[in-house]
Amino acid sequence: MSDPLSRPSKKNPQTPLRVPALPPEARSRAAMGLTAAAAEGRFALQHCAECGAVQYPPRDACHACLSVDLPWRDTDPAGTLLADTFVRASPNLYFRDRVPWRTGTVRLDAGPSIVVHVHGDCERGARVRVISRLDRAGQGVLMALPMEETPNMADDPQLRELTADPKHRRILITDARQDTAPALARALLAAGAAEIMVGEAEGWRPWPGRERLAAMEGVSLLPLDVTDTASVETLAGEIGGKTDILINNARFVRPGGLLGGDPGFARQEMEVAYFGLMRLAQAFGPAMRGRGSDGVRSAVAWVNILSAHALSNDPAYGTFSAANAAALSLSQTLRADLRPGGLRVLNVFAGPTEDDWHQAVPPPKVTGGAIARSVVEGLRDGLEEVFCGDVARDLRDRWRQAPKVLERELTGGAP
Amino acid sequence: MSVLQDLALALSGGDVEVVDLTHTLDPDFPVIVLPPEFGQCARFRMEEVSAYDHRGPSWKWHDISMSEHTGTHFDAPSHWISGRNVPHGSVDEIPPSAFVGPVCVIDCSEGAARDEDYELTPEVIEAWEAAHGRIPEDAWVLMRTDWSKRTGAAYINLREDGAHSPGPTPAAIRLLVEERNIRGFGTETVGTDAGQGSHYDPPFPAHHTLHGAGKYGLQCLKGLDRLPPTGAVLMAAPLKIRNGTGSPLRVLALIEKDRA
Amino acid sequence: MSRRQPYDGVVLAAPCSVPYVRYSTETAHHWLARALKGTLDAGGLAKEEIDGFSVASFTLFPDTPVGLTQHFGLTPRWLDSIPMGGASGVVALRRAARAVQAGDADIVACIAGDTNQIDSFRKLLSSFSRFAMDAAYPYGYGGPNAMFALLTDRYMQDYGATREDFGRICVAQRQNALRYPQAIMQKPLSLEEYLAARPIADPIALFDCVMPCAGAEGLLVMRQEEAERRGLPHAHLAATIERHNAFPDDPMQLRGGWAMDAGELWEMAGAAPEDMDLVQTYDDYPVISMMQFEDLGFCAKGEAPAFLRGRDLTVTGDLPHNTSGGQLSAGQAGAAGGFIGLVEALRQVTGQAGPTQVPGARRALVSGFGMINYDRGLCSGAAVLGGGAA
Repeated sequence: MSDPLSRPSKKNPQTPLRVPALPPEARSRAAMGLTAAAAEGRFALQHCAECGAVQYPPRDACHACLSVDLPWRDTDPAGTLLADTFVRASPNLYFRDRVPWRTGTVRLDAGPSIVVHVHGDCERGARVRVISRLDRAGQGVLMALPMEETPNMADDPQLRELTADPKHRRILITDARQDTAPALARALLAAGAAEIMVGEAEGWRPWPGRERLAAMEGVSLLPLDVTDTASVETLAGEIGGKTDILINNARFVRPGGLLGGDPGFARQEMEVAYFGLMRLAQAFGPAMRGRGSDGVRSAVAWVNILSAHALSNDPAYGTFSAANAAALSLSQTLRADLRPGGLRVLNVFAGPTEDDWHQAVPPPKVTGGAIARSVVEGLRDGLEEVFCGDVARDLRDRWRQAPKVLERELTGGAP
Repeated sequence: MSVLQDLALALSGGDVEVVDLTHTLDPDFPVIVLPPEFGQCARFRMEEVSAYDHRGPSWKWHDISMSEHTGTHFDAPSHWISGRNVPHGSVDEIPPSAFVGPVCVIDCSEGAARDEDYELTPEVIEAWEAAHGRIPEDAWVLMRTDWSKRTGAAYINLREDGAHSPGPTPAAIRLLVEERNIRGFGTETVGTDAGQGSHYDPPFPAHHTLHGAGKYGLQCLKGLDRLPPTGAVLMAAPLKIRNGTGSPLRVLALIEKDRA
Repeated sequence: MSRRQPYDGVVLAAPCSVPYVRYSTETAHHWLARALKGTLDAGGLAKEEIDGFSVASFTLFPDTPVGLTQHFGLTPRWLDSIPMGGASGVVALRRAARAVQAGDADIVACIAGDTNQIDSFRKLLSSFSRFAMDAAYPYGYGGPNAMFALLTDRYMQDYGATREDFGRICVAQRQNALRYPQAIMQKPLSLEEYLAARPIADPIALFDCVMPCAGAEGLLVMRQEEAERRGLPHAHLAATIERHNAFPDDPMQLRGGWAMDAGELWEMAGAAPEDMDLVQTYDDYPVISMMQFEDLGFCAKGEAPAFLRGRDLTVTGDLPHNTSGGQLSAGQAGAAGGFIGLVEALRQVTGQAGPTQVPGARRALVSGFGMINYDRGLCSGAAVLGGGAA
């Protein structure tokens, strides 16, 4: 079993902050396939389309038959740990700060021998399962885990480097008024979060559920309006240095398409989804990026809750979809900006939500609780993308198959 | 000496005082909240353009944005459907003489302290007139409630059945408009109507009646406790916005020291 | 497979080892020039007299051996670049030998060398190979240490080798290095010190790892009559082998390409392992030296620990091995690490080894191993040298 991770004691204010360092980041284009799969938590390797041979390391031609058709496919993760070592010296600054670092060779049942990070609970010679995760550089890496769950498994320091586990972390949820806020607070506290700070816009405007949320142990309400630069800057000045995970759940949505649509609502959708994200990023991003290597309670992740229609517009929510597309695009530049700190940017794409603004949309619809589960799952697995709900997953699959077909279907013409 | 020279002397000598009746424009100052499917009143927002930095080394300035009806603001007749055809009904068309004039202040602070849904009724007006004389034609009438001393949630005072704040009854506003022919009506609350004003007949009687008759409104005033019941001069000039239905503005009053 | 032609009439001469230094502010060009000049001086040649030029180096970027011809003022009619690291010596030799034999060149200078600036090892690692970049560095592999730790771990599990077994190889080489004035490591090493050394990547500790340094090596390949005409001590080339990416389906590398080709090597040489007066293995880690003893036929697979326990690997022992201290004690000067054993063997079989001379050495086995592309070394080679009269 892994040693349980105890709640870190207060930091010695005289100790200089550890400068964030990243594991080696360079990859070939082929190897990015591993990263793409890891971003969703899938263990995939290249399989030769002609002869079926499984390949590793990633490459451009099959080692068995020289075919250049090597699609990435989900792969049997079972294997045997043939050898292991603890690296105790490294010229790389990231590993130098974290030695001893356990790695090993796993012979996959699927064929290849692979060099992997090794969880502390794996026995040499034993059966293991290999997972694919993003490392602090945001690149896909492989790690061997024991076949069965072990006590405190997520607390293994090497596994924790590959996740954004909420345990012992201080988390800001940006919009208390959303249905997702209480569900997120509950789920994150259950996952061991140290402190939940929830932003509340326009404290002068009452809302149902406020008392219940404010009364939760470990939860505090703080003034934050993502549409107001001064408000965002003020709160960042107060808590920016202790925000380990920022969950941007702020949302403004009104049904309606473009023609006959309301410019005021469209503007507000952009103010919240796009400019809100921008304001939060500019105010909170630099301090979080600087705290990427700050021990057990380092800054570790940024979460955006987006509509799955960020991928392809739903004309019934035309301007809202567009605002989410803008936010999705902005999240990609945020990802690049936060990368030097080793922070993960997780986008949770939700299908239609169970709320007043989706009354006319037939089920299935996702609840705040479902979104909260997706967020916690995404943080625990260190993902960059989670699709929440059947509709979101269906959209994702159709979008990947044929974006133009999906666009045409969503804009009318589907039976 | 001329009247204006006298005034200038009185101002510099302190015999006439300038009172500011305006709230500071602040992003967190409450605005009127309508049902969410309706368009909403934009909050005041300010973004830095430069601050003696790379965006402008020697100067600091901001972009600001807001609704015509954010903060201490002026309502023109065209704000309301009843006033949509009133001549000179938008802020850019209103003759400037309308922006300076006499003001009567009806003190309802005691009632409003007792009852947050306090109503200004014809009886209250008549009682005020009995004490201070008949409201002259073309005067501003301000309803003092001391509501402006409230802040945040207590100011907007929203509950599940809507906002609760004092205001005029339909009969009171009809009396002021039809029988006294006032210039306009002002309040310390977020609207010229009571918080529950939608339940009157007509709904929002102050807006309906005032603007239908080409009269003006002033909202979110503060410091009305510093004004005498009569004898002050109000200066309330909205921004000259083409076809504007209202405007945030700086509202000032001139008072004579011994009458305050 | 067709029977190969012997290397009749081709010899090696003019060995040159440019003294290594731990760090150098100079470039690879500097070190290679010194090796070229050194081997020309040893042979008494002007540079205009060579018409073949073979270069192995990692740190020449952005140049290639083509650029070196202009830089050094050479006009060769035969030019070779050997990007094979620890196998570059054997591979350069066998190619040069065939060129001379066929008349494509008359005299070939084979040189290898690298600089070691403060940051050049780290830079070299970061661009070593695509598979290493994709699948080794991200796992904490700041070089081959951890990969060899895994191989060593597996070798110990499968064959019962102990740390002491590896230690004896290192200790014997250090004793040899103490006789070789150019070795970087000049302090005696005891087995106790070996076992107590700072761990690097379990089970590998400090003295299992080579010391990266700057340096260069060189020699000349020419026809026998050319060497005789010039009065140069020379060695014959009895046999060579070369193999790349051998046994790709082995889950881990517990054998190298020598195991595919050793039979043919000895057949061509007309000799057997026990006929060798000395052995120069490629020793970036002691486990690899053990594998070479097995794969080149000195003992069966897995028996090297026991085989070596009964042998004395020093210059004066019954199985002289890595007589100049090898890379483990003399240092690893980049691609020159692929030449150090070859140049030392040439000195030995021509009686020019001085303080490290194995008395009466006539025949030597030289082995090369290189390029940890991902999880194993891909290039292997070996050559059998025989001494000739001056």
